[in-house]
Order: sequence, then C-alpha cells, then structure tokens
Amino acid sequence: MPHHSLGAWFGDQRVRGVLVQLLVIGVVLSLGAWLAHNTIENLSQRGLASGFAFLGRQANFAIGESMIPYAASDTYGWAMLVGLLNTLKVGVAGLVLATLLGTLIGLARLSPNWLASRLAGVYVEAVRNVPLLLHLFLWYALITDGLPGPRSAFQPLGGVFLCNRGLVMTVPASHPAWTAAAVALVVAVVAAFWLWRRWWWAPALVPALPLLAWAGLGAPLAMDAPWLLGFNFRGGVTLSPEFLALLLGLVIYTAAFIAEIVRGGILAVSRGQGEAALALGLSRGQVMWLVVLPQALRVMVPPLTSQYLNLLKNSSLAVAIGYPDLVSVLDTTINQTGQAIEGVALIMMVFLAISLCTSALMNWYNRRIALTQG
Amino acid sequence: MGGRVLAARLALAFSLLAVCGASGNSWAGATFDAVKARGYVQCGVNVGLAGFSSPDSAGSWTGLDVDICRAVAAVMFGDVTKVKFMPLSTQQRFTALQSGEVDLLSRNTTWTLQRDTSNGMHFAPVTFYDGQGFLVAKKLGVKTAIELNGATVCVQTGTTTELNLSDYFRAHGITFKPVVIEALSEVSHAFFSGRCDAYTSDTSQLASIRAVDAPNPEDYIILPELISKEPLAPAVRHGDDQWFDLVRWTVYALLEAEEKGIGSKNVDKALASPDPTIQRMLGVQPGMGRALGVDERWAYNAIRLVGNYGEIFERTVGKYSPLRLDRGLNALWTQGGLMYAPPIR
Repeated sequence: MPHHSLGAWFGDQRVRGVLVQLLVIGVVLSLGAWLAHNTIENLSQRGLASGFAFLGRQANFAIGESMIPYAASDTYGWAMLVGLLNTLKVGVAGLVLATLLGTLIGLARLSPNWLASRLAGVYVEAVRNVPLLLHLFLWYALITDGLPGPRSAFQPLGGVFLCNRGLVMTVPASHPAWTAAAVALVVAVVAAFWLWRRWWWAPALVPALPLLAWAGLGAPLAMDAPWLLGFNFRGGVTLSPEFLALLLGLVIYTAAFIAEIVRGGILAVSRGQGEAALALGLSRGQVMWLVVLPQALRVMVPPLTSQYLNLLKNSSLAVAIGYPDLVSVLDTTINQTGQAIEGVALIMMVFLAISLCTSALMNWYNRRIALTQG
Repeated sequence: MGGRVLAARLALAFSLLAVCGASGNSWAGATFDAVKARGYVQCGVNVGLAGFSSPDSAGSWTGLDVDICRAVAAVMFGDVTKVKFMPLSTQQRFTALQSGEVDLLSRNTTWTLQRDTSNGMHFAPVTFYDGQGFLVAKKLGVKTAIELNGATVCVQTGTTTELNLSDYFRAHGITFKPVVIEALSEVSHAFFSGRCDAYTSDTSQLASIRAVDAPNPEDYIILPELISKEPLAPAVRHGDDQWFDLVRWTVYALLEAEEKGIGSKNVDKALASPDPTIQRMLGVQPGMGRALGVDERWAYNAIRLVGNYGEIFERTVGKYSPLRLDRGLNALWTQGGLMYAPPIR
C-alpha cells in the first residue's frame, strides 16, 4: 500500500465526496436533535404535558358520524380511528368517482362532437381555476340553504329523502347474508379483474358470486326504511350534508385535473395507432378501449398518482365544513389535551402513511402495465 | 382554510421548538422586560366576536376583551395605542401564548384546571362570568334543553363547548348529533340555514350571534338552562410573575374604580379626593406603581383612557351595545354580582 500524505488523501475526489456527505448528515442530525432537545426542555420548563399517554384516556366528546361504534366514553385513540376511517371513506369514494368522471370529461374533450368537447373544455377551465375551499363552501351552502328541512324533504324515489340533513336512504336490514354478499362482491371484482383475459365469462362472477352468497344464507328481504321522528329521520342510512359536500367538491375539482391527464395521455399515443386499428375494421369504441387507452395508461399513471395524493390530502379541508375527518377529530383532541405537537405529529404521520401506501400501489400498477409492453 | 389553519398551527407548534429555545433559562421578568423594551403589548384576541373583540368599519378593534388589552397598555405605557392585536382562532390561541407570539391572551377563554396547569397558563381575574346555553328557532317549539333529545347541534371546534355538550347529554341519557365546524361564521351559517336544530356556545356569544347574524333575531330564543360555568379570563404564560401581577391588578383596578364611583369622566376630579384608598389607587400617594414596576399613574391612566369595568361592560356588551346583556353575575359584589377586587394597598 503506497504512502499517502494528508493532502493527497484529501485530494481524492471519492474521499472528499464521502466526507461531505458525512458532514451534511451530521448537520441534519444534530439540527434535529437540537430541536427535539429544545422542545422537550421548553415543555418541561413550563410544566406542559407531553407524550402520547392521552390516547388511552376518555375522549368525552361526540363525533357526528362514524363507521364503527363510538361513544363519548371511548378513548382518544378510538376517536382518532373513527376520524381516520371517515377520511378513508371520503378518500376512497372520491378516488373512484373522480377517476370515472375525469375519464369521461377527458374523452368528451377529445370527442369529434363540437358541443361535447366545448362543454368539457368549459368544465375543465371553470372548475380547476377556482380554489377547492370555495367549491366546498358552495356545495355546502347549496345543500344546507337550497334543500328543505327534514319535515318537508324531497322524495325523488320511494324510500329516498333529500333534505338539509342529508341524503336519507332505505337499505336492506342488517343481516349476515348482506355482509357476506358485500365481501363476495369485492372478491368477485378482484377475481374478474385477474381472470378476464383468460376466461371470457369471468366478468359474470361479479353478479353471480354475491347473489349466491346472499341466497345461500337465507335470501333475507327485510328493509330498513327511514321514518321521521322528532327533529330528524331515524333508521335507514344517511349521507350527511358535510360528507356529500366534501365528496362533491373533491370529485368535481379533481376530475378536472384528471380529465386533462386523460386527454394528454390519449394525445400522446401516435395517431397512426388509431388509424391502423380503424383500417383493420375495429369500431371507434374498440379502438379506444383495446388500442389507445392501454398505451395511454402508461403516460397517465404517474401524473394520476399525484392527483390521487392531492385528493387524499385535500380531504383535510373537511374541518371547514364540519365533516369529522382525522384532522377535525385531532383538532378537538389537541384543544382538550393541549398537546399540539403530538396531535400535529399524528396528523402528519397518518397522512404520510396514507400517501406512501397510495403511491406504492400506483407504482406497482405502473410497473405492471409497463411490463406488458414487452 | 383548513390548509392555511393547519399551516399556521404547524408554524406555531414549531415556533415552540425554535423561538423559545433562544430565550434561555431565565424567565423571571422576561415577558415584562420584553414588553417594555418592545414598546407595545402583543395581545391575542378573537378573530371576530361582536361585543368582545371585532374590528369596526374603520378597522379598529372594539369589545370587552380588546379594552382589557388597552387597559394593560395604559398601565404599562400610559398610552392605549401601545398595543398590537393578533386575531387568533380557538386552536391557535394556546400555542400562540405558549410560544411567546402574544404576551397576553384576552380572547373569551374559559378558566379551567387543565388549561391552568398542563397548558402552562396563569389566569388573571375573570372579566366576564358566562355559561354555555342553546340557541334554537322559536318555531321548533322547544322550551327546555331536555327536549333536545335526538337533535342535531352545531358547535365550533376547539372549545370546551364540545366537552360540555357531550357531558350534558350523557348525564341526562339523551342523544344528539354534533356538527363541528372550524370558523365561527360558518357555524352560524350552518345553523341559520337550518342544518342544525340547536346552536350551542357561551350565552354571551349566542346573544352576539343572534344580534348580528340572525336573519330576524326575534325568531330565535336562548333556552333557559346554563349547562356549564364559563368564567372568561385573560391569561398569561407561566414563568413571569411580575407580568402576571401587572395584568391581574389592571383588572382589579378597573373593578375597584367602578366600586369607588370613579370613571373616565370624573377621574381628574377624583385626584383631589380626600379618601386615602382613592389616593393610593390613583397614585396621589405613591407606592402602588413602584410595587408593580410601572408609573405611579398606572390606574389613573387606565381609568381615564379606557374607563372603569362598568363603563367598559355597558359600552361593549351592555345597554349601550347591540347585545344588550344584563350585568347579572357580572355586577359588582355590592350589587349582587360576583365582581370583587382585593384592596389596592
């Protein structure tokens, strides 16, 4: 091994590179340690409570809507889970609906029909240039101001009521057969998605499997219809005005961006592809579905991922119109416990986790459709 | 708004990390000295609550909470303009005080054990005795809060109100659905559009909202029950007893002045009073100002420039205001209320 002087050793570009990286990591770590130390010091100096022990204490506040049983006597941790599920509920419904609406608008904008393409253009420009918060206030005001009270609710269909307390619907009465049917539906959709290229009849699973599960467990027909008692409807299922306003706002706003991504993706597929397919005698629908869209998807998926992440994060605007999402629940928690740093840290961690999962799923899908090219 | 508020909250949370780290360990007199060196008081107030803190058409702040800030400025600097108001949301307020963004929080804040201890605050004397109630539309035909079983109730997020509401319904074994909204204006909008059957908040706030936001104030009533005690008091953060004393005795001086019949109109005449208690309070006999670390004319300045407690009350929330609240619990102890100041000597 040759002898190196210190100067020559430092002159080596690789060594210098490693040294600089070590220095940067050191600075970042010590800055973080200094901030953490300072916070803990300041908190204890002023006798402020810290730590996450509060999650196990009784929450003592009510939450407007919940997918799991919740009472004020449950813990802050459970309340947080209620908020998280509410966030996911509006997020998942928003993703599906925004994708469908966005694709439709994007296709319409490329349509040879003059009226359809102009209408789609106006939609995109009008919607995406207005802040989302204003969308939410608009929908919320339309629902609460525009619709009648529960005692004079609209009844567009038998058993369905629309009023300023939300959309109240008749649903099948709770029975294990319906739960089994719902599970079967999810299984069938996933199975059909995997198998439809292999077996042409695979899509038939979607109606068949749930029907079998339902019939196999006794085919219950009892319904749970809402009725008016005192101030409000009892029974049935209610979609609250807050949920509806948030969902409408998120879907309509995000769909405008998705429409542009769809349009961009389709235009990125060379015209020759479509023309060749037409020349082979495929119909316009077949050209779009079998030739253009599969290739356009490759261009669309990465920007689509960004929009999905935006939609999920934008759902935190819920607190402005009173939908009890994760941020709203943790807001109340912060105020009652006074532990702002822990509360904000929880909000950040949960949104980070949701975003990373979404992005991992979309990246997996992106790789999958990229592979089929080969 | 949610995003902006979240950002503001984050900024506040992290200013706890950084700003305070710089001030080191010595906290005795730190706020007092900082205010003196800065030349004005930073006062956290409500973003808009008629009667307590709201900007008027000329952009200047008015209200009971605001006048307490002005009185502190008058005591400190002999000048009511030496105060800057920082409008704070319900969630921002504690972090803003803890992190040193404001020196004084005068923002219709309820004094509770938990806030006094684990939130690191000291509460000055109560400036308004309030209680939580319900506002409902007359046409609902509800006469007492017990009849609200199954009702939808609008409530603002980030307050003790949510907790009281849930406690009250649980204690009486009846149910309700909350609609929890962040901005006060949006809560009012939701209630007056019929989204909720009842609106719960401190009754002073309900009176203020009814007077200002209701399409027709006559159509709404405040139910008779008070479901909680809400003593609203200004607060300072732990660690500076001198500053705490100053704020506390400013409030007491306003009460004492009313009790002695001294107001902004006659305070100059009162300087010649033979009553030794008045002479001590107004600084004719020196000693009180030095004890507080301010000018001997401290109370005189506050009374002359802002008025005594009674004047402030009637002007902002009482009979000369749109709210027209009675003195009730907020009358002096000599008139059947709870307002009582220890002796200034």
